[in-house]
Amino acid sequence: MKIAVLQFPGSNCDQDAFHAFADALGLPAEIVWHKTTSLGGADLVVVPGGFSFGDYLRCGAIARFSPVMEALREHAANGGRVLGICNGFQILCEAGLLPGALVRNRTLEFRCLTSNLVVEDAGPDWNPQTVGQRLRLPIAHGEGNYRIDDKGLAKLKANQQILFRYADAEGNPTPQGNPNGSVDNIAGIRNEAGNVFGMMPHPERAVERIHPSLDGLAVLRALTTPAAAGASS
Amino acid sequence: MTAPANLPPNPDPVLNVEITPDLITRHGLLPGEYEKIKTILGREPNLTELGIFSVMWSEHCSYKNSRPLLKTFPVEKADTSAPYGRVLVKAGEENAGIIDIGDGWAISFKIESHNHPSAVEPFEGAATGVGGIIRDIFTMGARPVLLTNSLRFGRLESETVKRLFRGVVAGISHYGNCIGVPTVGGDVYFDESYDGNPLVNALCLGTLRHDQIKRGAATGVGNPVFYVGAPTGRDGLGGASFASRELSEESQADRPAVQKGDPFMEKLLLEACLEMMAVPGLVVGIQDMGAAGLTCSTCETASRGFAGIEIELDAVPQRETGMNSYEIMLSESQERMLVIVKRGREREIEEIFEKWDLHASRVGEVTEGDRMVVKQGGVTVADIPARSLTEDGPLYHREAKEPAYLAETRAWTPDELPDLNSLMLQDALPQMLAHPTIASKRWVYRQYDHMVQAGTVVEPGSDAAVVRLRLGDKEKFVAITNDCNGRYCYLDPHRGGQIAMAEALRNLACSGAVPLAMTDNLNFGNPYKPEVFYGLRESVRGLAEACRFFDVPVVGGNVSLYNENQNGAIDPTPVVSVVGLIEEEAHITRQYCREPGESLILLGGYPGELGGSIYLMFFHGLKTGAAPAVDLAGEKALHDTIRAAIRAGHVRAAHDLSEGGLLTAVSEMLFGKTPLGAKLDLDEIPEEARLDALLFGESQGRALLSVAPGAADAVLALAKETGVPARLIGEVTKDAELAVHCPERETAAFWRVAKLRHQWETSIESRMTRPGLDDDETD
Repeated sequence: MKIAVLQFPGSNCDQDAFHAFADALGLPAEIVWHKTTSLGGADLVVVPGGFSFGDYLRCGAIARFSPVMEALREHAANGGRVLGICNGFQILCEAGLLPGALVRNRTLEFRCLTSNLVVEDAGPDWNPQTVGQRLRLPIAHGEGNYRIDDKGLAKLKANQQILFRYADAEGNPTPQGNPNGSVDNIAGIRNEAGNVFGMMPHPERAVERIHPSLDGLAVLRALTTPAAAGASS
Repeated sequence: MTAPANLPPNPDPVLNVEITPDLITRHGLLPGEYEKIKTILGREPNLTELGIFSVMWSEHCSYKNSRPLLKTFPVEKADTSAPYGRVLVKAGEENAGIIDIGDGWAISFKIESHNHPSAVEPFEGAATGVGGIIRDIFTMGARPVLLTNSLRFGRLESETVKRLFRGVVAGISHYGNCIGVPTVGGDVYFDESYDGNPLVNALCLGTLRHDQIKRGAATGVGNPVFYVGAPTGRDGLGGASFASRELSEESQADRPAVQKGDPFMEKLLLEACLEMMAVPGLVVGIQDMGAAGLTCSTCETASRGFAGIEIELDAVPQRETGMNSYEIMLSESQERMLVIVKRGREREIEEIFEKWDLHASRVGEVTEGDRMVVKQGGVTVADIPARSLTEDGPLYHREAKEPAYLAETRAWTPDELPDLNSLMLQDALPQMLAHPTIASKRWVYRQYDHMVQAGTVVEPGSDAAVVRLRLGDKEKFVAITNDCNGRYCYLDPHRGGQIAMAEALRNLACSGAVPLAMTDNLNFGNPYKPEVFYGLRESVRGLAEACRFFDVPVVGGNVSLYNENQNGAIDPTPVVSVVGLIEEEAHITRQYCREPGESLILLGGYPGELGGSIYLMFFHGLKTGAAPAVDLAGEKALHDTIRAAIRAGHVRAAHDLSEGGLLTAVSEMLFGKTPLGAKLDLDEIPEEARLDALLFGESQGRALLSVAPGAADAVLALAKETGVPARLIGEVTKDAELAVHCPERETAAFWRVAKLRHQWETSIESRMTRPGLDDDETD
C-alpha cells in the first residue's frame, strides 16, 4: 500500500499525515508537490489539511485547479483510493469528487477540540466493527459545516455514504455534540463508488501516545487495509 | 565626511520641502536629536532621511529610554557545566536569541508586543503581531513549532472590551491557524487598568540545528541584496513611530499605521526561506522587515556586517503606483524579507522563490564603506552612515519617582474587613471561579489550532504547555509558560517582577521541566512620567535579580511603552515567558488529579497574605495592600522539591498556587477529564491567620501536589529534607464533591464539582456569546 500525501503551498498538515502513515503505520509514503502531474503509483492519495491557497475565497476553490488535481481525478476515476482530511475534504467537495459543501461554522468561529464521533456503517471497508463504534478525534476548522440538499442527503443515507457523525459525551448525535452546525451531525462521507473519503476530523493527530487519543490508527488502518486496496483495483 | 554637501532633489517634488521644527516634532524627534542628525550627516537631512532617522530612533526600534535598564539582564547562563542550556545567540545580537537543547539541536524564541495596533484595529493588529514574531524566528533559520500569547484587557463588562477581546482572539486565530503553527498556551487577564489599551504580546518558538543558525549581517562586498515576499504598499506607514506614542482619541486616525496581514503569503515565505537557507552557502545574511520595514532591515544588516549597503527603490516590488522614497522606506507592509545572497548564485534563490510563486528581486548590493545609500531611478534619495541609525541613537536615563499611592497601599491592613464565614465561603468560591481572569479560557483556545504539527502533549489550560519537538530521528519535550500579574507590579514593581519569574518557574517545575531561558515583554506607560519610569526600573530590577538568582538567562524580548488610556498608564506589566526542557517523557505532569485516593499535599505553608489578591479586588473592590512577599531561595527549594517528587514517580498532578489562592487551585485540579472530588481538612492554622487569606490569599512560593495513594509520607519526608514546609491537607475522592473543613474556625463548606466546573468553564463564553450563534458542544 503506497501513500502519496499531496502538498499545496498552504498545506499545513502534510507532514503530520506523512508521519502518521510512514511512522505510526509503517507504510511507504511520500509528499507530492501540487505542481507535479504524477502520483508516483500511489494506492492511496491523501489530500491533507491546511489552507491550500490561503482560502480567502471558498476553501479549496483554487486548489482544484492545481496541476496534480488532474492526476488525482484520473486516479479516483480508475477506482484508486483518496482520503481528504479537513481542507482536503473541502478540496474534494470543490473538485466535485464528493457531494455537498463545507461552509462557515455556525458560530462563525474556528473550533479546535477533540470531538466525539459515532461511526456509521458505510460498507465492508468502513463500519463500527472495523473502525470502532465511537471515536475521539481532534477537529480544527473554521469551515466544517457540512451542507447538502435534502435529495443529496437522502442519497447519502440510502447508499451508506456517511462515515461518522459528531456526538455528545454520551455518544449521541445531538445538537449539543455538533461543533459546527453540520447537517445531521455529519463529520465525514465517502463517494458512491466507495473509493473517495472525506472527513473534517484529523485522524493523523490521534496516532501517538502523546495525542488526545489513538483512534486515528483504526481510521487510517481501515483505509489502508489490503482488502481496501484490492477493492479499488 | 565623504557625504555630498547636499543630495539632489527627490524625484517626487512633494518630498522637496524645508525641514521645519514642526515637521521634526511630527516625526517624534526632539530638537537635540535633530541637531545630532545634522552632525552625523554634516548637513541638513532631506525628508526621506528624516523619516528614516525618526523610525530608527523611535522607542520601538532604539529602546532609547529602556536600554540602560535592559543591560542589567543576564544574557548568559552562569553554570557552564549544565549539559544543555548554553546561549548560542545572545539577546540583542540578532532578531531572536538561540539556546542549545543538546544533541546538536537548539531552540530560538522571542516575545513581541503589538499593543497599539491592536487597540486601534484588534483583528489586524493581533494577526500581524503573530506574523511578525514568526518571521523573527524563521529569520534565524529555525522552523516555528509553537506560538503562545499574553493578553490583557479591560473589564469584560464593557462592550468595547468585548469587541477588542473578540477581535484580538480572532486575529491570532486567523494568522496562527492558517500558517500552521499551533498556539499552545498563554495567559489572559482582565483589569480596569487595560481599558482602552489592551496588551497583545505574541511569542514564537522554533527549532534548528546548531549548524543552521543564520545571521542578519550584510557581508562580502558585491554580494547582491534581494527583496523577497509580498510587494510594498502604503500600509503601516511609520508604525514604529506610532507605537512610540500614547493612544488618544485621534489614534483612530492612525489606522493607516496598522498593517494588514496575509498568513498564506507568510506561509509561502516561511517555506521558501527555510528551503533557501537549507542550501549550503547560499544565504549570507537574512533579516525580516518588521517595524520600520526596508529602512530597518537595510541599515541593521549593514551595521552588523560592518559594511555599506546600496539599494535602488525602482527594483522594489510595489503594490501601488507612484510611491515615493519616503513611503517605500517607511512602509511596514507585512510578509517581506531582505536576503543577502552569495554573489553568482542569484539564480538558485530565484528558482526557489519561483517554486513558491513569490517575488525575489535584486534590489541592491553590499558595498564598501559604512553608508546606507538609497536611490530611486538612479537618484540618491538618502545617504546615511548605517551604524549611526543603529548604534548612535539617543540614550536617556529618565527620572524615576516612587508613585505617591504606594505609601498608602503598603500600609494597608485587612483589619477593617470582615473575615469569611461558612455562608460567605459557600458563595465566594463559585464567584471566584467565574471571574474572567480565573475562569477557563476555553472560549479563547478552542479558536486556536493548538494541535497542528501533532506535537502538543499538554494542551492549553494546564500550568504550562508541553510540546514534543521532532528533531530528526530524536524527540525532546519542552514546556512553556507566560506569566505576569500587573496588580502585584502596581503595588510593588520590584516584587512584581520577581514574582513574574518565580511563578513562571513554578509553573515549569509543576510540569516537570527544568528552565532553559526567558524572554520578556515590558509593557509600561509613558516613560517621561517619573512614576511610570519608576515602575519600569523597579520591575526590571526585580526581573534581573530573579533571573540571576535562578540562573535563567534572558535571550531577547521587547519593550512597549506609552501604554496609556484616559485614566493614565496601565499597570506595570513585565510579561515573562520561560521555556523549560523536560528530560524524560515520564516527567510530564499536568494539573489534573487522576484518581480517588490521591493525597493532596500543600507545599509552602500558610503565609496568609491578602494584599493584591483577586479576592480583595473582586469582593471588596480594593486594589491595595502589600504585594505578596517573595523568597527566592524558598522558591528555588520548592521548585527542586517538586521536580524531585516528580522524578521519584510520586506525583500524579501538580499545580502552582497563584491568582485565587488555595481553593481556586484545588478546584482547578478537579477539572480534568475524570469527574473527581476532594476533601480538605485544614487544621493547625496559625491563630492570627485570616480565613479569607488562607483560602484565597495569593502568597507566593506554594504549590499543590496530588500524590499517588501511599506516597504521601515519602513526599513529606522529601520536603523535610529540602526544608520546604509541607502538609497533607486532604485527599481526592470519588464522589465529585469538594468539601472544605476548618475545625478550629468552625467553618465548613461543600460544593458539587460539576457545578463549580460549569461556572468556571462557561463564564467567559456566556459573556461572549452572540444571540443566534450560540453553541454548546462537548469536549
